Amino acid sequence: MRFVLRRAGFFLLTLWAAVTLNFFLPRMMPGNPAVAMVAKFRGRISGQELTALETIFGVNSGQSLPAQYVHYLGDIARGNFGTSLFFFPSSVSSVVRTAIFWTLGLVGVTTILAFILGTGVGIIAAWRRGGLVDSIAPPVLVITSAIPYFWVGMMFILIFGLKLQWLPWSGGFNLTDTPSWSGSYIVDVLEHAILPATALLITTVGTWTLTMRNNMVTTLAEDYVRMARAKGLRSSRIMFDYAARNAILPNLTGFAMSLGFVVSGAILIEYVFNYPGVGYMLLQAVENEDYPLMQALFLLITVAVLVAILLADIATAIFDPRTRSAR
Amino acid sequence: MRFLKAVTRSGKATAGAILLAVFVVLALFPGLFAKDSPTAEAYDRNLGASAQHLFGTTGLGQDTFAQAVYGTRQVMEIAFGAGLASTIIAAAIGVAAAYLGGFWDGALNLFTDVVLVIPLFPLLIVIAAYVHNSGTLVLIAVLTFTGWSYTARQLRSQALSLRNRDFLAAAKVRGERAAYVIVVEILPTMSSLLVAAFLTNALYDVLFASSLQFIGLGDPNALSWGTMLYWAQNNEALQAGYYLQAIVPGACIGLLGAAFALLNYAFDEIGNPALRRVRRRRARIRPLGRLSRA
Repeated sequence: MRFVLRRAGFFLLTLWAAVTLNFFLPRMMPGNPAVAMVAKFRGRISGQELTALETIFGVNSGQSLPAQYVHYLGDIARGNFGTSLFFFPSSVSSVVRTAIFWTLGLVGVTTILAFILGTGVGIIAAWRRGGLVDSIAPPVLVITSAIPYFWVGMMFILIFGLKLQWLPWSGGFNLTDTPSWSGSYIVDVLEHAILPATALLITTVGTWTLTMRNNMVTTLAEDYVRMARAKGLRSSRIMFDYAARNAILPNLTGFAMSLGFVVSGAILIEYVFNYPGVGYMLLQAVENEDYPLMQALFLLITVAVLVAILLADIATAIFDPRTRSAR
Repeated sequence: MRFLKAVTRSGKATAGAILLAVFVVLALFPGLFAKDSPTAEAYDRNLGASAQHLFGTTGLGQDTFAQAVYGTRQVMEIAFGAGLASTIIAAAIGVAAAYLGGFWDGALNLFTDVVLVIPLFPLLIVIAAYVHNSGTLVLIAVLTFTGWSYTARQLRSQALSLRNRDFLAAAKVRGERAAYVIVVEILPTMSSLLVAAFLTNALYDVLFASSLQFIGLGDPNALSWGTMLYWAQNNEALQAGYYLQAIVPGACIGLLGAAFALLNYAFDEIGNPALRRVRRRRARIRPLGRLSRA
């Protein structure tokens, strides 16, 4: 319990750090970029919204920096991110809400698949050291991990979308369709998800496999594995209950690390496939200098990553008795 | 010497080293390999591959092959610049935390952990969005500032295992300053780990820098592979059938990344002997082998 509480404290600290970065970054940059943005939108949006924007970015507000900071923290705590400039007059929160749905579906499912697939291949590669899987998988995965995510997406579009014309490669659904719970719409959404999901899977599965293989190689040399062998246990029992169960712990902790790759992969994949999720929206916001939307999306992605890490920590606490007694 | 042996022993690492050497030569002497100017808009637009233009031309009529060759330099500057800088910062913070212990360890470690979990790429995007058209130096600075945390954590745990060794106690008794002990006594013992960390950092710096340039957050006039992809995307090269404009720079990034990743194999094995290839046959025992050569 103590372990989980400590991790929860860390969660709050990191969240505060991300909010603070959001606050200070535009103010630290040479010639506060927010000033240019506010100037650009003056006259195009109403006076009240302009004032709200100015307080968020600390332009012409006449407040001191600490006062601005307190004000900003209050706004964020109340979920007030201001008005989106690009999707004017929608508020940032309402724009973000539609994007989350798409990303959760695409990235959530792909991450779980990548974890299962990658860990599985890693277990087999380490178990049959020098075997077929072990000699093919690691080098191939090392090379795929060196290919830029977006380029894999582009090649998928080229081969499966444009050349073979098997699957749609742009957007989340056909624009002629009306969103509903009808069968044809669901099939359409799934069809649009296949190419981006596969591209994301290919680029992220490698980290899981390689770390799992290396952990597994280390655990297989442990005395308790030799002991299990000496007892004459079935190999599947040794493989999963003795070696893999212990090797998977660092992989769960390494979740923090890998999740960063998944997120960056997802942003680029969404961009290449015009997939209407959070990453695509983030780049739209950047392109149009829509800083309020950009800040909110950055915070949203950070929170999502932190929640996932917290869940991984709780899972570690369940699987690894040592963490429960740790200071 | 140890490093050279590790690289030559593994076929993968040798391949990586050769590949990297090729890119270094390309970056240093691009003029030897490409006769065309990479920027001159001297030819017909969107040409396919031919003897004249090995990889065709761009949407502005520049030679794609020349662009790929001249583009090597900026990518290498970023890989080596940001890779080295982030490894140095990581070594300073990680080893200092482990060596100083107590309050400093707690504080530095917490700081490292916070930086580690904030998603790197979105943060890079946000910073680059405020900066506008980041050139080489800005990219290096941003990648360094965001990319040191994982290595710092690795090096800290390695240094922790050294903390109570006799040679460090001896240095302390001699009255050496903490900075001296860290730089002269501790860091050299971790050289293989440092090289491995540098290779990993360089790989991710290449990928992240190219990604930023691809989405239009680099300097659009810079000569680099990421920028070539940006223009290919703007030119709708895939839809229009100018495949080479997109394939060539992406393949270059992949090859350079693979060079770093393959080379890393050798250094992983120095650091963690358990990963070394299992020898099928026991080395034959030669009773006089050593002696007779001596």
